[in-house]
Amino acid sequence: MELAFIIEKFALILVIFLISLTVAAYSTLAERKIAGFLQDRVGPNRAGPGGMFQPLADGLKMFFKEEIIPTDSNKALFILGPSLALFTSFLGSAVIPWGQDIEIAGRQVSLQITDINVGMLYIFGVVSLGVYGIMIGGWASNNKFSLMGAVRAASQSISYEIPMGLSIIALLMATNTLSMKEIAEQQHGINWNFFYQPLGFIIFLICSFAETNRTPFDLPECETELVGGYHTEYSGFKMGAYMFAEYLNMFLASAVMSTLYFGAYNYPGMDWVNELTGPVIGPLIGMAVLMLKIFAFIFLFMWVRWTVPRFRYDQLMNLGWKILIPLAIANIVITGIVITIIDKL
Amino acid sequence: MNFWERLYLPAIFQGMGITFRHMFKKKETIFYPEVEREFSENWRGMHSLKRDEEGRERCTACGLCALSCPAEAITMIAAERQKGEEALYREEKYAAVYEINMLRCIFCGLCEEACPKEAIYLDGPIVPADYLRKDFIYGKDKLVEEPMKVQ
Repeated sequence: MELAFIIEKFALILVIFLISLTVAAYSTLAERKIAGFLQDRVGPNRAGPGGMFQPLADGLKMFFKEEIIPTDSNKALFILGPSLALFTSFLGSAVIPWGQDIEIAGRQVSLQITDINVGMLYIFGVVSLGVYGIMIGGWASNNKFSLMGAVRAASQSISYEIPMGLSIIALLMATNTLSMKEIAEQQHGINWNFFYQPLGFIIFLICSFAETNRTPFDLPECETELVGGYHTEYSGFKMGAYMFAEYLNMFLASAVMSTLYFGAYNYPGMDWVNELTGPVIGPLIGMAVLMLKIFAFIFLFMWVRWTVPRFRYDQLMNLGWKILIPLAIANIVITGIVITIIDKL
Repeated sequence: MNFWERLYLPAIFQGMGITFRHMFKKKETIFYPEVEREFSENWRGMHSLKRDEEGRERCTACGLCALSCPAEAITMIAAERQKGEEALYREEKYAAVYEINMLRCIFCGLCEEACPKEAIYLDGPIVPADYLRKDFIYGKDKLVEEPMKVQ
């Protein structure tokens, strides 16, 4: 391993880490602003011009709050819970291809931290790991409400991972690869997977809502029944870590959906733009396009949150097991039939 | 419910259409410290003790407002006008101390109705919040109108 390689990867990791942090921080502001707009209000507008510094103020507030660790709780696990939630939500961004290769001083620099050939499975694993932070935190609090929130999170996560995995299988059949980079390359121009897997995308989208614990699937923190759900006993920065992890998960889920179904950094007319702007600016424009897609998905997450009320627990389970899983299996069958017909022709 | 309805998707899309339309509607927010909501004409706010057209206090300390007050929020101590104070007080008797306990006041407006001298009106703003109970007992320093500017 040469030095330049280490430096370029380190720089890339740092940049992506900072981007995820900024996006997650400003998602909290965007959430409140969008909530305001959808309800004919203006949202927070006092901290800085148009409320621009609200995330800073919120973060500072979280730091200076008193942190309470319940005396009856398991202290080590109580601290591990939010740490794990925050940690796992950062992991997934490692396999997202953020853009085409950049050429700097004759070196091909990849805009992906690592291109492992099972990238999709890695994402799947990291996403399902995320629920452990919630489970450990909820259990360690030694509180009935927290425990029930944690149990709900676990069962919901298990139920929705199945249709999510099944929809990925259909995508795998269509693309013949699990590597995120290859999937991104295959969707060159406007050749996006969404047009081949519309049903698969909708199933994946619904499951993403469930996996990130967003409304209408935010039963783990259902305040009408469970006070605060799994984070009832949390305060100060640990509470902030849970909240931040939720927004990071949302960012990651949006990035994954944009990459798998909406053409990652590809956009119509990209070859022409690349020729015009050269091998550095071109891929960066592609990265900006990917970011735009991610922001569109984040907006969708928030839009749904402020429209749809929370599902009842039995409705959630019915939707997962009786609707989404049969649909996902049907999607696999249809994909298989179509692929066979096309191959025979 | 049939399969299509159990998917919830059509209903969700309908709802999302409604919320999206609300994004472009006029915002109902009033930016409070900069802009204040208009009150109706018969709004009853903080009391003010009026002066007459020559800038003299109208109140003659008859005590009818205190008598009419159902919450017993008004207390006053009367005093006789001395020589040389004719420019300050209109009648020969005036209220040396006039206190309203804003925590007791129910803003019914009966003092306004009882006053024979048209000296008290509830035409002020909302009574502001404070930390201590004693600070809610408003004396003449807060209640009496500003003296008219000499043009």
